[in-house]
Amino acid sequence: MINCIRIFEVSKMKDAKFSRAFLLIAILAVAMAARAADIVGTITLKGTPPPEVPYTPLMENPDCAAMHKTTPTTHFYVVGPKGELGDVVVYLKDVTGKSTGASAPPVVLNQKGCLYEPQILAIQTGQKLLVRNSDNCIHNVHCTPTVPGNEEHNDAQMPGAPDLTYTFAKPEMFITFKCDVHPWMFAWVSVFDSPYYAITDKEGKFVIKNVPPGKYTVVADHRKLGSQTQDVEVKNSNVTANFMFEVK
Amino acid sequence: MHRFILVTAVATFLLLGSGGMVTSHEAGMSVPDWPNTYGYNMFAFPFSKWVGGIFYEHTHRLLASGIGLLTTVLAVWLWFKDSRRWMRWLGGLAFVLVSLQGVLGGLRVTLDMDKLGIVHGALAQLFFVLICALALFTSRSWQNQAEAGSSPPAAGMSEASLPALQNLKWLVLATTILIFLQLVLGATMRHQHAGLAIPDFPTAYGKIWPDTSAAAVAHYNEHRMSVIAENPITAAQIILQMVHRIVALVIFMGVVVSMQLAWRRLGRRDPLTRLTVFWLALIAGQIALGAWTIWSNKAADVATAHVLVGALSLVTGVLWYAVAFHRLEPLSRIEPAGTIPGAFGAHPAMVGNK
Repeated sequence: MINCIRIFEVSKMKDAKFSRAFLLIAILAVAMAARAADIVGTITLKGTPPPEVPYTPLMENPDCAAMHKTTPTTHFYVVGPKGELGDVVVYLKDVTGKSTGASAPPVVLNQKGCLYEPQILAIQTGQKLLVRNSDNCIHNVHCTPTVPGNEEHNDAQMPGAPDLTYTFAKPEMFITFKCDVHPWMFAWVSVFDSPYYAITDKEGKFVIKNVPPGKYTVVADHRKLGSQTQDVEVKNSNVTANFMFEVK
Repeated sequence: MHRFILVTAVATFLLLGSGGMVTSHEAGMSVPDWPNTYGYNMFAFPFSKWVGGIFYEHTHRLLASGIGLLTTVLAVWLWFKDSRRWMRWLGGLAFVLVSLQGVLGGLRVTLDMDKLGIVHGALAQLFFVLICALALFTSRSWQNQAEAGSSPPAAGMSEASLPALQNLKWLVLATTILIFLQLVLGATMRHQHAGLAIPDFPTAYGKIWPDTSAAAVAHYNEHRMSVIAENPITAAQIILQMVHRIVALVIFMGVVVSMQLAWRRLGRRDPLTRLTVFWLALIAGQIALGAWTIWSNKAADVATAHVLVGALSLVTGVLWYAVAFHRLEPLSRIEPAGTIPGAFGAHPAMVGNK
């Protein structure tokens, strides 16, 4: 009986120690998260971009034309009424080795209406990119990375075929994805070695979440307009970094 | 046999065009596997699936198979039926080249290497030259002259013309080599997958020599709007196109001078003179097609025609040189006071050589 009581008391002590340790870790984690902040901003475009081009070859292909009522156009410049610039990739420069891609949910690049959706995409190193064929025609998925360590692929994808899965081991900006059967189809996928990136929406806004405190260089990169940088310091509250691109 | 080779030459020309269309339509990788086609045996690929870029790539492969068969038949035929040893070896060379072409084309796809595409394109031109040369060497006029031995001098041909022909021969050779280098330049440009590096002609971004500074190139890329997945252009690509334009001018001058010299020294009725006139017409047409390629924003059919006329220009230079060489070669064995041979002089090694 006494031994049982002793075992019970030792067990209670161990439980208490474990609980205290767990509580301490939880407090530390919350404290750290509380110190992380977001980098937010708006990106605008000054000047008039060149006019978008209609996808005439798409409409000359019977399989693809059947999926469109009107001729779609390119959208290199996604510009709002007040100059808000979408599809700009924003990230923290030289932040590497922080990828959570292996455990991050997969991202989908869809082939629909003989076009890629979305055209600008970003993932982490090791994160799965699922390329889907939602069309009733053959596509080939051809990606052409240039950074050593990122593998080039050219895979057939029949209608109704399973998603093709790709991962990239190295950071790289604007990897081209294209279909050689339908050469007007293209998308650009940027790969980062950290979760600290975002793509501006149609209103030109971006949010890079939970950035740990420190000094960073924020880079805004547009497929056509090139890139701009801004130095920021993250402390206990959100930091704003706005950019303005100009078409000359 | 001569007619069979002519058919092979025409078929090869069509294959060149087919290959040109593959690149012009950016369809080189539209069939990811080789030698199968989307998992099907190449010869059993359903016609309903010959869509988009697949149509160009798949027909190119089928045509290439046909050329492979024709060339194999040709090589065997030459080996057993032509009495000239050097012709038998040329037939063997044609077989090796066409086999190599097939492998290169396949590897270009399986390894996804643009550089192999450039080699594949350049070798195609050389193969076409070889087939056309075989057609010349099996022609009745070439054979008859060889079998007849020495023949009367060509009309208008004089002893004074012979040194001129010697000099002209070297000019034509140099121009022909330059044409081949130009073709390689062109193939390199086409396999950059960057569209038109310079969108205007005869100016370059509105100037005689374009601004290739980083800021200028960034500005060009900002304003390039294309429906094709083009790579951004670089300063190096712009310079490459300028070199292509300059070399075209040098080639044009080389052919003009060749024609003038031939006209003056050989006479206007000489077949070689007439060939230089034809050559000049080809080069003028080629320059026009080059300009049209730019003005049409690299329309696939125009760009492909530019490739084909380039091939014909190369063949014309090579055949001119071959005929001139054939005419001059017997003179190296004639004493200074000997008879001047005819247009296709006798070549002892070519007569009954088993």
